Amino acid sequence: MHFSALVRSVLTLTAGAAVAVGMTGLPAQAASKKGGVLKYVVPAEPPSFDGHRETTFALIHPIAPFYSLLIRLKPDEPYKSGNFECDICTEMPKPTDGGKTYTFKIKQGIKFSDGSPVTAHDVVATYKKIIFPPKGVGSPRKAFYVMVDSVSAPDDQTVVFKLKYPSGAFIPAVANPYNFIYSKAILDKDIHWYEKNIMGSGPFLFESRQAGAHIKGKRNPNYHEKGKPYLDGFEAIFADKQSLRVQAIQGDRAAIEFRGFPPNSRDDLKKALGDKLTVQESNWNCVLIATPNQKRKPFDDVRVRRALTLAIDRWGGSQYLSKIAIVKAVGGVAFPGHELAATDDELKQLAGYGPDIKKSREEAKRLLKEAGQENLKFTLYNRAVDQPYKFVGTWLIDQWRQIGLNVDQKAEPTGPFYSNLRTKKDFDVALNFNCQAVVNPLLDVAAFVSDDKTGNQHGGYQDRELDKLFDAMNQSGDVKEQRALMRRYEKRALDEQAHQFVTLWWYRIIPHRSYVKGWHITPSHYLNQQLVTVWIDDAS
Amino acid sequence: MYQYILKRILLMIPTLFGAAVLVFFLLRLIPGDICELRLAGSGGFFDQAALNTCRAEIGINDPMIVQFGKFVWGFVTFDLGKSMWTNRPIVEEIGLRFELSLMIAILATITATIIAIPLGTISAIKQDTWIDYAVRGFSIAGIAMPSFWLGILIILGILFTTQWWSGVPWMPPIEYRPDWTSWDNIKNNLALLIWPALATGYRYSAVATRMTRSALLDVLREDYIRTARAKGLVERLIIVRHSLKNAMLPVVTVIGIEFAFLMGGLVVTEQVFNLNGLGRLFVQSVSNHDYTMTQALVMVVVSVFVFTNFVVDVLYAWLDPRIRYR
Repeated sequence: MHFSALVRSVLTLTAGAAVAVGMTGLPAQAASKKGGVLKYVVPAEPPSFDGHRETTFALIHPIAPFYSLLIRLKPDEPYKSGNFECDICTEMPKPTDGGKTYTFKIKQGIKFSDGSPVTAHDVVATYKKIIFPPKGVGSPRKAFYVMVDSVSAPDDQTVVFKLKYPSGAFIPAVANPYNFIYSKAILDKDIHWYEKNIMGSGPFLFESRQAGAHIKGKRNPNYHEKGKPYLDGFEAIFADKQSLRVQAIQGDRAAIEFRGFPPNSRDDLKKALGDKLTVQESNWNCVLIATPNQKRKPFDDVRVRRALTLAIDRWGGSQYLSKIAIVKAVGGVAFPGHELAATDDELKQLAGYGPDIKKSREEAKRLLKEAGQENLKFTLYNRAVDQPYKFVGTWLIDQWRQIGLNVDQKAEPTGPFYSNLRTKKDFDVALNFNCQAVVNPLLDVAAFVSDDKTGNQHGGYQDRELDKLFDAMNQSGDVKEQRALMRRYEKRALDEQAHQFVTLWWYRIIPHRSYVKGWHITPSHYLNQQLVTVWIDDAS
Repeated sequence: MYQYILKRILLMIPTLFGAAVLVFFLLRLIPGDICELRLAGSGGFFDQAALNTCRAEIGINDPMIVQFGKFVWGFVTFDLGKSMWTNRPIVEEIGLRFELSLMIAILATITATIIAIPLGTISAIKQDTWIDYAVRGFSIAGIAMPSFWLGILIILGILFTTQWWSGVPWMPPIEYRPDWTSWDNIKNNLALLIWPALATGYRYSAVATRMTRSALLDVLREDYIRTARAKGLVERLIIVRHSLKNAMLPVVTVIGIEFAFLMGGLVVTEQVFNLNGLGRLFVQSVSNHDYTMTQALVMVVVSVFVFTNFVVDVLYAWLDPRIRYR
């Protein structure tokens, strides 16, 4: 197969969302109307305004509407295959040079809110800041671009990315929703300027910020997509208490919250508001992963680790736990439903995913006995956050109790939790979190490689075979080969070595006022937040 | 009197310094740091270099003594510095929140005083009657009920009642508008502030009611009150002119302390009503490991306490001249 055809397939596959999104209750299409101000609640305030620097969704929700991206998920159909589209480029590029060169043409006539034109030089300055940040500039997602050799602008309308090797992970990485296009002139003067200021070319213009209270935006009359956005403006209201955010939607102080609510809040709102409420649901590209500390006995023994994963009834948990917690899909290392993810039949071949839980647990008991650990006692180290951490933690403890283990739970606030996980490493088994934006399994599965290769694996192990498989997957241009490698990788990480145990993938539930139209759920709370296509149906 | 005031002012210095030492070192005992939280907290991958850059940028790698020196010098020169989380001036971050917390504290104090002094007085005068029992029951309920819980009940009550009444649920506004010049904003702000003022004012009034009652009962048993009655003075004058003023000494203390507490202590109540006040900022800054912001907030609240105590002491001296000569 020709390489460009392969990459097109990868794009299609990487979109992934399509297959995975439940799409329950997706609103019907109707003629869009102009006008109105969308009020929505955001659980936290962003630390700064610089998307290149931050990692929290609390930045995306209020700030993304002010910026353009080079490419993005199609806001009308973010859940469909092949769903990347140009934002400020003219067409999705076809790779050349054996898949190692991508050339983007930038649309003419796009302007920043200060009136200056958006050119290829701005795009290059933006991506250089992200991929090759100068000293003293933080770029947390720099590692997503390991395949990039250079980025340059031969003229005002052309951007060229040269890769070290062909990689299917490149385009999804470019589409990362944090990659706001900044002005080169401003970055040249002060590279930190965007931390405290907003000046983009997105659908909305910055109106005001009230510290800790809200951020307001108004329609950009010069937005490059004619006739859009539909809204006159938006107001992102910060409200850290979940019960208040639910009440705000019930009392119509806000129309929507874009992160997600637990099932009981959805049910309460539905009961109170009836058809005034629309619910959109989707599988979520976030998962809790139980990680045994292999620097500590007996978790250095693969038999013990395999016993722990064998005891978990994921299929049953998916059915029952999903009624009270924001988890649902059973999956392996890759986002369920994605073409690189295991099918149910393939999953059932892995330890802990078998259809007969009794048989699995018998095997678990046998392994524990063989390892001399029938009466193993340990502590599950968890983050002190209810949804879904403590719910999943409590469920896991119950699963392990069923093979005779005595497990208790220690939950700590986020700060101490991550400090311990990354530095002190004082835990038996920790419930770690992997949550990504654009579905990009080739990179998302990096949480399983050796700890000297990534700072995001906390089990304290090195597995060179796994590392080789990871590199091979990322450097392969063949989807079939990638898929086969992913199965090997998954088998080794979750079964043969049982380095870590994937629990259940998250489930995103967005109940919103029915008058909010044109917004479509995605498998990530980081995506589709420019609000370009959102409109308010005053007739509702 | 001047000497007394000067002595009280000088006493503030060690109190403030002690608070500064405590907050600075206690904060640093909490494991983890702001950069880890900022980069790892959302579950995505991040580059180790970004973590090092973040730490260097906000100065948490500096020696402890340097950080402490900067903090104390900043406080002495009224420069609270920048928030580690937002990198914006702390004065700017605190400004609006201080205004909101002050407004809640004033409204709650007015609510509490309006309720507490008449009820406490009636309760004392009508001691051991059904009126006294009713007032005592009312105030015990107020003390027993946390104001944030009452706040939740108020919001839910409003939502359910309006839904039942009109079919359309209504809830109080969730944002404060600092511009009070338009009628819309005034309506919005009053509709926002009245409920937390009631929720906190009720608990506050309960404490003050009980204090008013017991202080007044003590005073009413004094010899000079008996003498006044023996002289045939009108009961209203005995209560208002001779008893109440003296009974106010402990009540003023309680009101002062509660007022200072409201400035930074409405941690949960502010979250319940989405009030962007100092209490909520305090919780956020502690959970974000924002050392500079937490330090500044603690010092602001301690300063409010110290100043309020100072005012109460001066009021004491004014109400009871014997105090200033001791």
